[in-house]
Amino acid sequence: MPGSTGPGRRPPASFMDLQTSSFADVLASHSPGLLPGRAPGRGADETSGQAIRDLPHATTIVAATCDHGVVLAGDRRATAGSMIAKRDVEKVFRSDEYSAVGYAGTGSVGIEFVRLFQVELEHYEKMEGRSLSLEGKANRLAWMIRGNLAAAMQGLIVVPLFVGYDEEVGHGRIFSYDVAGGPYEEQRFHSIGSGSVFARGSLKKLYVDGMPVRDAVLACVQALYDAADDDSATGGPDLTRRIFPVIATVTDDGFRKLSEGESEEYAQQVVQERMTTPDGPPAPLRTAD
Amino acid sequence: MPFYVSPAQAMRDKAEYARQGIARGRSCVTLQYEGGILLMAPNPSSALHKISEIYDRIAFAAVGRYNEYENLRKAGITYADITGYQFDRHDVTARGLANYYAQNLGTIFTESIKPFEVEIVVAEVGEQPDGDQIYRITFDGSVTDEPGFVAFGGQADQVSAVLKERYSAGMSLAKAFAAALAALSAPGNGERSEVTATQLEVAILDRSRDHRTFRRIRAARLEELIGESRSIGSKTSQAPADPGSPAPSADPGPAPAAGSSPPAGSGPPIGPEPSGSDRGSGLGGGAPPDAF
Repeated sequence: MPGSTGPGRRPPASFMDLQTSSFADVLASHSPGLLPGRAPGRGADETSGQAIRDLPHATTIVAATCDHGVVLAGDRRATAGSMIAKRDVEKVFRSDEYSAVGYAGTGSVGIEFVRLFQVELEHYEKMEGRSLSLEGKANRLAWMIRGNLAAAMQGLIVVPLFVGYDEEVGHGRIFSYDVAGGPYEEQRFHSIGSGSVFARGSLKKLYVDGMPVRDAVLACVQALYDAADDDSATGGPDLTRRIFPVIATVTDDGFRKLSEGESEEYAQQVVQERMTTPDGPPAPLRTAD
Repeated sequence: MPFYVSPAQAMRDKAEYARQGIARGRSCVTLQYEGGILLMAPNPSSALHKISEIYDRIAFAAVGRYNEYENLRKAGITYADITGYQFDRHDVTARGLANYYAQNLGTIFTESIKPFEVEIVVAEVGEQPDGDQIYRITFDGSVTDEPGFVAFGGQADQVSAVLKERYSAGMSLAKAFAAALAALSAPGNGERSEVTATQLEVAILDRSRDHRTFRRIRAARLEELIGESRSIGSKTSQAPADPGSPAPSADPGPAPAAGSSPPAGSGPPIGPEPSGSDRGSGLGGGAPPDAF
């Protein structure tokens, strides 16, 4: 390797002497300023605290495993204080061929994390010639969230929800996080964000083990609707502007984001039924024998 | 042992050393076809790659010393990923990458005791054929723009001559494949025996794909293309060196160059494969997944 002395342009040592296939590690050693989680200055006082509270926050993400895969869906609203900052935020993304990630928390930081995570996974795959295992991906995301802890403590909170199709075991898996990292593997279904309490209650009654993909999608849309019904920071389907939840499935065929038309179909079905039963389909009171 | 060597002499010696190292190995070809760019190299290993993905629309191909070009491959991927992350994915270009490699290789050539014995090609597929780019970067950091096709490494002149003859703009993948295979099987470039799928490394940059356009061609699809290239090969005219031979036979045999050439011994000697080139200390990674 060019260890010779002498002036003149040298190739960046961190590139040519790389021992790591982690993109985030490269940034940390080469350009730490590009990493998310650059905490704002010390002594967060009242004014900077308010500035952070006024950053757009993004809010309910649901995930549910299903037959041969997993569904991930998110609402479209971002709020800044009491105002709606954006009506059509996308919070659910493809992280790679067999996984997807959604985030709740500060919008801009969330987007940055998703971007970094996507590049992290792709970078590893190109360098090593193979994809990370699903657990490897979940762990990398935890490490990135941990790196954001300082900023999170000053209000720039991002918490992701990560799902993937595990080719080795042949079913979908869900991983959740807290502000200090994780991951925590979740069974069956999970939700994060300000509306997650309502979404989880809804899914508790609607979810069935091994439900087919279409049913799992519908259950998620119902759950998002219920979250929007009770949480002002979660947006329901916007029928006039035709803005509907972002819905993605990850199955043995890989990641697929439902088209706007498909998403609209599910949302319209839910809305029409709610015209007669506003609280949604009632669950049976007793388990059938 | 002299204490002083003139810089000119030192550079000449380094250049000669590098050229010899590169010529000892096998050639690699890169060429445009109507659907994108095809890259092909003889490679019996399924784990150690000469042709790799760098970015969405950019591929990398190399000849020479494996561990040296593996380093360059990884550095290139890192450069591309950082540029794409800092700015946007569309801001990563083959031209930028070629310049990056040129700087690196130039510095290494000048400042290192031993230059890198490598020659690399960086190819980018455009939305349209006129947006395709192929750059060749040599061991001393020279960059050349190679429109249409390029052969490099090994007996590059001979491979290039055949490629030039068989290349035309806008070929189908099958015809481009056949042209590349014929060029690589040209006399003087390794064995002229029947090439099987296990001895070739082939990849394409597929213009029509979204996001990542790089695809390896393997197994069944590779066998298919080899089969098709044989039938294309038997239909083309005989090589000009053998004007007296009969018309090409109907049965699909090996590429015409192998069939019509004079027996072995008249071409340049084909030495044993030295241990340094095209193998090397690196382990590389496993074979990349088929589906991206």
